[in-house]
Amino acid sequence: MEYILIIISALIVNNVVLAQFLGICPFLGVSNKVSTALGMAGAVTFVIVLATMVTYLIQVYILDKLGIAFMQTITFILVIAALVQMVEIILKKISQPLYQALGIFLPLITTNCAVLGVAILVIKKNYNLLEGVVFGAATALGFGLALIILAGIREQFELADIPEGMRGVPISLVTAGILALAFMGFTGIVK
Amino acid sequence: MAKTESTFKNMVLSLTLISLVSSACLGIVYEFTKKPIELSNLNKKLNAIKLVVPEFNNNPYEEMFRLATGDGDSLEIYPAKKDDTIVGYAVNTFTSKGFSGNISMMAGFKSDGVIFNITVLEHKETPGLGTKMTEPEFKDQFNDKNPADFELKVKKDGGPVDAITAATISSRAFCDAVTKAYNTLQKGGMK
Amino acid sequence: MNQLQNFTKGLLKENPILVLVLGTCPTLATTSSSLNGLGMGVATTFVLVGSNVVISLLANLIPDKVRIPSFIIIIASFVTIVDLVMQAYVPDLYKTLGIFIPLIVVNCIVLGRAEAYASKNSVLSSFIDGLGMGLGFTIALGILGAFREIVGGGAIFGHKFIAGDGILVFILAPGAFMALGYMIALVNKIKKT
Repeated sequence: MEYILIIISALIVNNVVLAQFLGICPFLGVSNKVSTALGMAGAVTFVIVLATMVTYLIQVYILDKLGIAFMQTITFILVIAALVQMVEIILKKISQPLYQALGIFLPLITTNCAVLGVAILVIKKNYNLLEGVVFGAATALGFGLALIILAGIREQFELADIPEGMRGVPISLVTAGILALAFMGFTGIVK
Repeated sequence: MAKTESTFKNMVLSLTLISLVSSACLGIVYEFTKKPIELSNLNKKLNAIKLVVPEFNNNPYEEMFRLATGDGDSLEIYPAKKDDTIVGYAVNTFTSKGFSGNISMMAGFKSDGVIFNITVLEHKETPGLGTKMTEPEFKDQFNDKNPADFELKVKKDGGPVDAITAATISSRAFCDAVTKAYNTLQKGGMK
Repeated sequence: MNQLQNFTKGLLKENPILVLVLGTCPTLATTSSSLNGLGMGVATTFVLVGSNVVISLLANLIPDKVRIPSFIIIIASFVTIVDLVMQAYVPDLYKTLGIFIPLIVVNCIVLGRAEAYASKNSVLSSFIDGLGMGLGFTIALGILGAFREIVGGGAIFGHKFIAGDGILVFILAPGAFMALGYMIALVNKIKKT
C-alpha cells in the first residue's frame, strides 16, 4: 500500500517537473516532438533508477559509515556522470537514430536536476533501497508524463499564431504553468 | 585548450590529484563549520523552548529525556523548571501527515497539561495555505486549552478546532502533532 | 572585448536565465520571495566565480578527455563549501533553499561557463565573466522573486504591506512558470527594439 502512495505522489501529486521544479531544462529543450520526448523520458528513467540504487548504496555503506556525509554532492554527481556515459555508449550501439535525435541532450542528462534531485531526496526522505528505487522510477515516469504532455501541446503550436515575443520558451513556460495548475487539482488524493 | 596530453597516466594523475585536493579542502571546511552548525541547531531548539513554556531558569537541554509515543518512536521532552519546580514541558513533536511531508514542532505544556504555546520548527507546507499554521490566527487558538477537554480535531472532524481555509490537511496534521505530544506526556506520567 | 563588456554581457545581453535560458530549475523553485531568490543568486555566484577561476587556472593541466569529470569535481567542491558555510551561518535561508543548494552543481550556468569560457580564457577574464553572469542571474532572481512576493503575497523582503493574501497562484508552481515565461518574453521584446 505504501508503494502505491509513493507512486501516485511522485507521479501526479508532487510531479517532479510541475510541482518540484526539477528537470526543467530538458523539459523545455526536448519537448517539441512527442517521439524525442519519449526517447528522452526512457533514457532519463533508466538513469534515475540506476542512480538511485547506486547512490543509496554509496550513502549507506560508504558515506555514513565513514562519517563523510559532506562528500555526498561530489560522489553522487560523479556516479550520475558515469552512468550517463554508460547510457550514451549503450544507446549509440543499439539505436543510432535515437542517439542522433537526442543529440546534446543525452550528455545533458547529467545536469538534469531531476536525477541528482531524486538521489538526494531518497536520502532526505529516509526511504529504504526498495522504496527509493520505486520513488525514483515513479518520479522518472512523472517526468516522462509531463514531457510527453508538453510535447503534444507544442506540436500544436506549430499551427497556432503566437506573438513573436512569446514564441519558443515563453509560451512553453506559460503552458507549463497552466499544466502545473491542472496538476494541482490532484492534491489531496494522498492523505 | 588543454596543453596536457590525454595519456592514460596523465588522466589518472590529474583526476586523482584534483579529487585528493578537493577532498582535503572540503574536509577542512567541514571541520571549521562543524561547531557553528551544531551551535545553530542547538540555538534553534533552545529558542523554540523559550517560546513555548513559562519562564524557567534551568537548562532544559541538559535535562532532556525521551518518552515513547506508543507508535514505535519516542519524543524529546525538555523540562522547564523555575527554582527547581517544574513549570512546564516542551515537547519536540512531529507529524508525517503534513500536506507536503513532515512537520516538526515544539509544543509547550504547563505542568497541569494545559497548552502554553506552540511553535513550528520545520515544515514544507504550501505557502499562503499550510504555512498559515505558523501564524497566530491559527496557532494561538490552542493556547490555554487543556487537551483533556479541548478535542484536538478540526471542525470537519467534529472537533472545535478552526481549520485554515483550504488547508484542512495541514490543520489536521498540526492537531496530530500536538495530540502526539500530549499523549506521550500523559503516557509518561508527566514527571 | 574589454573587461567592462565582459562583465556587463552577463547582465542583459547574455543574461544566463533570461536570454540563455540556463538554470531554470532553481529560478522557478527559489523565487517565492525576493530574499530567497537573492540568496540563491549569491550562493550560485560564489560557486560560479570560484569554479571559473580554478578551472581557468588548471585548464592547461587537465587532459582533454577528463575535463568534464574534473570540472564536475571542482564545481561540486565549491558547492559543498557553500552548503556547509550556509548551514553554519545562515541556517534559515539554508533550510528554505533546501535541496537547491546541492543542485547548484548541476546548474547549467556553472558547467556551461566552465566549458565555454573558463577553460579557454585567462583567470582574470574568467573571474569577471563569472561575476557578471552571477550578478545577472542574481538580479533576475531578485526581480522574479520580488514580483512573485509582491503580487502573490502582498509582501516585499519579508514585510507584508497588505492585509490578507495576494494572488496566491504566483507563489505557487504555476505562477512561477508563467511569471518567468512573461519575463523572458519581455526581455525578448526589449532586445528586439
